Amino acid sequence: MRKIKSVSDLEKWREAILGKEKGFEFTISVCGGTGCQAYGCQKVKAAFQKELKREGMKERVALKITGCPGFCERGPLVTIFPQNIFYQRVKAEDVPLIISETIQNGKVVEHLLFEDPMDHHKITFSQDIPFYRAQMRRLLSHNDLVNPTRIEDYLAVGGYRSLAKAFFQMRPIEVIEEIKASGLRGRGGAGYPTAKKWESCRKAPGETKYVICNCDEGDPGAFMDRSLLEGNPHSILEGMLIGAYAIGANQGFIYVRQEYPLAHKNAGIAIKQARKAGLLGKNILGSGFDFDVEMAKGGGAFVCGESTALIASIEGKVGEPRGKQIHTVTEGLWGKPTNLNNVETWANVPLIITEGSKWFSSIGTDKSKGTKIFSLVGKVKNTGLVEVPMGITLKEIIFHIGGGQQDGKQIKAVQTGGPSGGCIPASLFDLPVDFDSLTQVGSMMGSGGMIVMDEGTCMVDVAKYFIHFLQEESCGKCLPCREGLKRMGEILDRITEGKGSEESLSLLEELAEVVADTSLCGLGKTAPNPVLSALRYFRPEFEAHILQKRCPAAVCTPLIQYSISDLSCTGCGACKKVCPMRAIEGEKKQNHRILLELCSKCGSCKDVCKSDAVMVQ
Amino acid sequence: MDFKAVDLVIDKHQEKRTALITILHEIQDKYNHLPEEALRKVASRLRMDLNDLYGVATFYKSFSLTAKGKHSVTLCLGTACHVRGGPRILKEVKKFLNIEPGQTTGDKRFSLNVVNCLGVCAIGPVMLVDGKFYGEMNPVKAKRIIEKLNKKRSGVRS
Repeated sequence: MRKIKSVSDLEKWREAILGKEKGFEFTISVCGGTGCQAYGCQKVKAAFQKELKREGMKERVALKITGCPGFCERGPLVTIFPQNIFYQRVKAEDVPLIISETIQNGKVVEHLLFEDPMDHHKITFSQDIPFYRAQMRRLLSHNDLVNPTRIEDYLAVGGYRSLAKAFFQMRPIEVIEEIKASGLRGRGGAGYPTAKKWESCRKAPGETKYVICNCDEGDPGAFMDRSLLEGNPHSILEGMLIGAYAIGANQGFIYVRQEYPLAHKNAGIAIKQARKAGLLGKNILGSGFDFDVEMAKGGGAFVCGESTALIASIEGKVGEPRGKQIHTVTEGLWGKPTNLNNVETWANVPLIITEGSKWFSSIGTDKSKGTKIFSLVGKVKNTGLVEVPMGITLKEIIFHIGGGQQDGKQIKAVQTGGPSGGCIPASLFDLPVDFDSLTQVGSMMGSGGMIVMDEGTCMVDVAKYFIHFLQEESCGKCLPCREGLKRMGEILDRITEGKGSEESLSLLEELAEVVADTSLCGLGKTAPNPVLSALRYFRPEFEAHILQKRCPAAVCTPLIQYSISDLSCTGCGACKKVCPMRAIEGEKKQNHRILLELCSKCGSCKDVCKSDAVMVQ
Repeated sequence: MDFKAVDLVIDKHQEKRTALITILHEIQDKYNHLPEEALRKVASRLRMDLNDLYGVATFYKSFSLTAKGKHSVTLCLGTACHVRGGPRILKEVKKFLNIEPGQTTGDKRFSLNVVNCLGVCAIGPVMLVDGKFYGEMNPVKAKRIIEKLNKKRSGVRS
């Protein structure tokens, strides 16, 4: 690897890399994200390596293991450049065919193409697939072009150009002004203006300052930050370098939650490469500016996503938050001014510097600018990462990009904002997605998780889930959060067991108010949101549990019963075989039936039944 | 047990208090849990109060003070996995292994854990077994995976 000492060194290196890449006629990108790994992309990669070697094509065809292109549900994903042919659900067995047909004969392999669920026609190029068509991919645009473990790949797509621009064409204060003009707001959840934070930290007295990248993406159902850091770690480093230059910090930290081993690994590799290349360390690019980054690992505590708790964790202490009367921008890590931003916020910085604040602010709504990545998951057909302009409606995301309902059950709500957010009912799906509109309806943007829920999702159960989640994750420092959530959880437990009374709901609302008003940090303050929003929009479901002792979504175990339909049962015996309680009887090819007194309501029979004969109500 | 490795880990991080979480992770990777002897060593070398160290070691869910089983089975109960049936899987796996989350089977074969989100939500419900991710799980599939690991020991082909 070269040691870069100036901008011209950087550009020379880039030219050399691009010159080498020109020699390749094709590039095969295999997604190496965590999702595709679960589907066995490593075997696909190995098959490509073997096949390219066997065919003697290693000089003509580049093979890249890249970050996540987002359509995880269809993995393992393979994209062939320059044509941009998109193959999905690729298996190692398919590889020789891809080489012989697509690479050698210029034909597409039909059975690996995505099929439009509406008219069943096959789609060749990723940009034509409904999932991608309505997206605006800026931050994720390089994920399928870059091997995250190679700095050369990042340079080939223009990497570290923004850094050179910021260092040599802009003064630190001008960088802050540019970010301010762009209207960038923090992507971690609260939407605080990024430039304002940077400015306060820059102005804070003290020589030593720190910048932190928060990749403690604890909101369940969200994985944007994982994919960014895992798939394009150099873009985060570049963002941090520019931020540190603007603020006047010489040391940075990337805090990654323990559940993200690949993100931790790839970011660590990127730091080492950047150091070796001279993009981290002393006198970067000959600018006289010094900056280095260290990795820090979480320990499985949700509360450490909160800035002060995260800082305590980096200091090697128990991750308890502190009061907000002292701002971290003046007194943060080891008492020094510290600027903490989320991964996605950092990723936006190089883009704004290269493309300009005007370009950035032309996307989005009045008060929410740019694009936002959401992880679209749950009961929706197309699941994965979607990047959209702010202001797009929920309907567009869920129905156009997400393809709507999954298995015949109507979609009734979407949960946003993680445990601090709420459930938005389908009647409000025309709502534009930005920081302020989502807050108005009792939810919040949060970091970007969107969990779609359908008729088979019980809203009481979801509210209970979040309260138990938060109760467990509460650090226990202050009483309203520690005890209040526990009692709220107990009330919800009783309701889902059919033991709720008419007073339960008013008591729940009263407790929710106290917890929100009197907790110290954001965890407690926003903890009642999931319950309050569920009560606001789905009160009849709570009442059905209390008054009729019935779970309309057939989820709450004490209130449901399994049975087998005589009309649909083929007597195959699959259910009988898997039933752990031996609660199913019936002869081969005869109708089977469930013995209710033995049934543990595990649902295994329903999972294996091929003729949909198992009913639950 | 030999605790030389603990010293090596602490040396590597130059006795820095700020590296504590990383030090504990590395010790746990080595010994499969945090043995008391190792914690005493860390406390003395980092000049920390043993109580404070235990505070940290017990605050973070990733750390375990008791030895873990040979295979680790982790179920994700994030929101996406929850609405797609994660709790049903947990219920059955618990019954199957006859342990609660956080516990290890009597024969030290399996440890069961639950986590709040593994960030692989698009293919949920997700189960992580010995570092390998399995997507689109249901109770039947989950049990099959565990059964297969169990059979490997006795040499029975599945």
